[in-house]
Amino acid sequence: MIRTIGVADIEDLARGAAVLGTGGGGDPYIGGLLAAQAIREHGDVTVVTLNEVPDDALVLTVAMMGAPTVMVEKLPSLDEVTAPVHGLATYLGRPVTHIACAEVGGVNSTIPIAAAAALGLPLLDADGMGRAFPELQMVLPTLYGITASPLAFSDEKGNIGVLQTVDNTWTERIARVACVEMGCSVMISGFRMSGSQSREALVPGSLTRCIEIGRGIAAARREKADAVARTVELLGGREIFAGKVVDVHRATTTGFARGRARIDGGEAQLTLSFQNEHLIAEADGTTLATTPDLIIVLEHDSGEPITTEGLRYGQRVRVLAAPSDERWHTTAALAMVGPRYFGYDFPPHRFDGTPEVIAAAEAVA
Amino acid sequence: MHIGIDVGGTNTDAVLMDGTKTLAGVKHSTTPDVTGGIVRAIEDLRARHTFEGSDISAVMIGTTHFINALVQAKRLAPTAALRLGLPATKALPPLVDWPEVLTHAIEGRSYLAHGGYEFDGRPISPLDPEELRKHAADMKAHGIRSVAISSVFSPVNHDLEVEAARILAEELGPDVAISLSHEIGRIGLLERENATIINAALRELASEIVDGLTAAVRAQGIDAQIFLSQNDGTLMDEDYVRLYPVATFASGPTNSMRGAAVTSGLSTCAVVDVGGTTADIGLLINGFPRETANEVKVAGIRTNFRMPDVLSIGIGGGSIVDPDTAEVGPESVGYRLTTEALVFGGSTLTATDIAVAAGRASIGDPAKVAHLDPSLVRRVLDRIAERVAEAVDRMRTSPEPIPVVAVGGGSILLPDELSLFGAVHRPENYAVANAIGASIAQVGGEIDKVYAIEPGRREAMLADVRAEAADKAVAAGAKPSTVEIVDFDEVPIPYLPGNATRVRVKAVGDLDMGV
Repeated sequence: MIRTIGVADIEDLARGAAVLGTGGGGDPYIGGLLAAQAIREHGDVTVVTLNEVPDDALVLTVAMMGAPTVMVEKLPSLDEVTAPVHGLATYLGRPVTHIACAEVGGVNSTIPIAAAAALGLPLLDADGMGRAFPELQMVLPTLYGITASPLAFSDEKGNIGVLQTVDNTWTERIARVACVEMGCSVMISGFRMSGSQSREALVPGSLTRCIEIGRGIAAARREKADAVARTVELLGGREIFAGKVVDVHRATTTGFARGRARIDGGEAQLTLSFQNEHLIAEADGTTLATTPDLIIVLEHDSGEPITTEGLRYGQRVRVLAAPSDERWHTTAALAMVGPRYFGYDFPPHRFDGTPEVIAAAEAVA
Repeated sequence: MHIGIDVGGTNTDAVLMDGTKTLAGVKHSTTPDVTGGIVRAIEDLRARHTFEGSDISAVMIGTTHFINALVQAKRLAPTAALRLGLPATKALPPLVDWPEVLTHAIEGRSYLAHGGYEFDGRPISPLDPEELRKHAADMKAHGIRSVAISSVFSPVNHDLEVEAARILAEELGPDVAISLSHEIGRIGLLERENATIINAALRELASEIVDGLTAAVRAQGIDAQIFLSQNDGTLMDEDYVRLYPVATFASGPTNSMRGAAVTSGLSTCAVVDVGGTTADIGLLINGFPRETANEVKVAGIRTNFRMPDVLSIGIGGGSIVDPDTAEVGPESVGYRLTTEALVFGGSTLTATDIAVAAGRASIGDPAKVAHLDPSLVRRVLDRIAERVAEAVDRMRTSPEPIPVVAVGGGSILLPDELSLFGAVHRPENYAVANAIGASIAQVGGEIDKVYAIEPGRREAMLADVRAEAADKAVAAGAKPSTVEIVDFDEVPIPYLPGNATRVRVKAVGDLDMGV
């Protein structure tokens, strides 16, 4: 369990987040630099577990919204990262006490670290998904009736907006328009929760998990051990395929990096379907795993996670499947993040290849 | 006739060419001073094949001086990095992720100022001339001799970089060199800015080297124009080198690949250069190296200028072989091969020993490896062939067949046939391939910018961009009748409204040598 995050932890954390990010989240470089810079200026970030957070805490998530291409050009400033939190605190009339990650993976696992450092607030060892998904409302708190609104957004110029909307769809629609006007890269803060709500709705231990995975991969490489096998062990998942990427087909028509990759394993072929994240893995007509369980592509030898936009012909890869948080396997959750929501006519399958048994999952929830 | 010279870290090669025919070739160890090595190379060429200074129509030089200066952190000018973009980008100022030793070596100072653009060309904030003059005064006070200017989204609009350069030049005078990021890199502010800062730090050295090279060539009675090789294999004239020394950075591997291809009569192929420690694999498409799509780290600095995409695997002549697993490398005895390998009386089993045992080469004393188990020898060579074939396959972008050219001292490790790829080509005359690569007389022009494409205007706009690239090639010295577009790429940028599209066009033509 981690108690603080320092500059030296960022690389491990970002790599672990890229594993749990299941191909999404983009290049974590800028986010990592930003977090490191904020820690250098303001000191290490204190990490608090969900068990420790007081019931009456005021928890907000912080994330980036917009085009990753813009963020690598118009780099953010720290003021921009802290502004939506200040904006929301003013609107709510109460000081914010804790920051949380909405997802793990790419830039949105490091931006909250930068925010927590710059605000001098503790960061929860938790996140809203335990993985990454492409849309704002695709977080577990949604299942507990917690909405993104009121949502604050800010640009580098000092403009801050606070939205109070009727539902998440409206939040997304209005925020997107403002985002384009503000230069296509804004920082957002929302999903207001009390401490007790966050304890109930968030995935516990995410940051510790990221760092453990990142460290595990680095250690395995040092020991010349199998970094992929180490990752499988840490995730409690299984390796479903190994082979060479022989075809990557992309279409960006829908706004998401949607596509399909074929991996040749000699005797069998695996097809991966993705929309920012890997969503479905099937081999020769058999479904091996689907969203919301984790489908992860790692470089064959080094275990380096490969993002969906980083997939190229000729890469030697190994594909893992691992369980996602149990709450993702309820009827309501599957309607929000199951294969059908993303437009694939597939019944959802668990990481071990078995069809989802919703009744059992419902019983757990 | 023309002369090609490649000044590498270890060797200097030179060739005298008549068109594409090699009249003479020489090879020497590289001397610490540029001039001496060039003089000796030209004198030796003359000894092999007599020529008059006036017979020479051009001299092409490839050099690793600039990248070495950066790697060794030597002879770099005191440099300032000025970024236009406030209030954006404040958290990550210029030089933020540089290794300390290099920031120190360039006495780097970073400045933030207002300016810059949004993705769609709207200004972020107006330029503040007073602010720039204040920064200039501070640069002056700190002895800055070269400045790199970057601006947010300058690949979309570079007006503010040009305007800021004008204001700084007024304050700093003509002796301070100014490099602009839009002329050097592409989208990705930190990477483009880093490449520009590196360029700025090398500007003084560039002038020094160009002067030295020119003097050396002129002293040989040669009045022809002097060109340097760029990363993509095309040439730049001396004035261009003074402005953009960073464009020479990858000319070493590029010239090696292009030379290998020319000497084997291929223009599209994979080149496997097997040295003592690594096998470096690159791809040539129509005579030009395939470039990396991603960021490249140079001396620990992340940049995004165009470099040939080279994959290195730890297999070379000196690679240590594990007799139990038949696995090769990545550890290597390196330059100690001639004392540590079994065939040289040493005690380490190396890849070279395996090649000798298999009868693929006669190096050292074959009797010293006669005891090796033939099945081990076969397993090791099979494993090497398998890994090299896999690496070549990884480099090609599609399953299309591609010929493989093997060069370098360690290429004895490779079989005559490679699975997936068939016969392995082994060019003769390879010893001076780098110089032959440098001597290929082509010049080019490239445009790489982001455009907002208006509905119905796409064709007209793309035609304009193509014409602009062709004009640039002619301006660089290409014969207009030979200019063609060799590369064209149009990529819509996801998540952005307004059809923002990155367009990249490269035009190349034969150097007009007045013959």
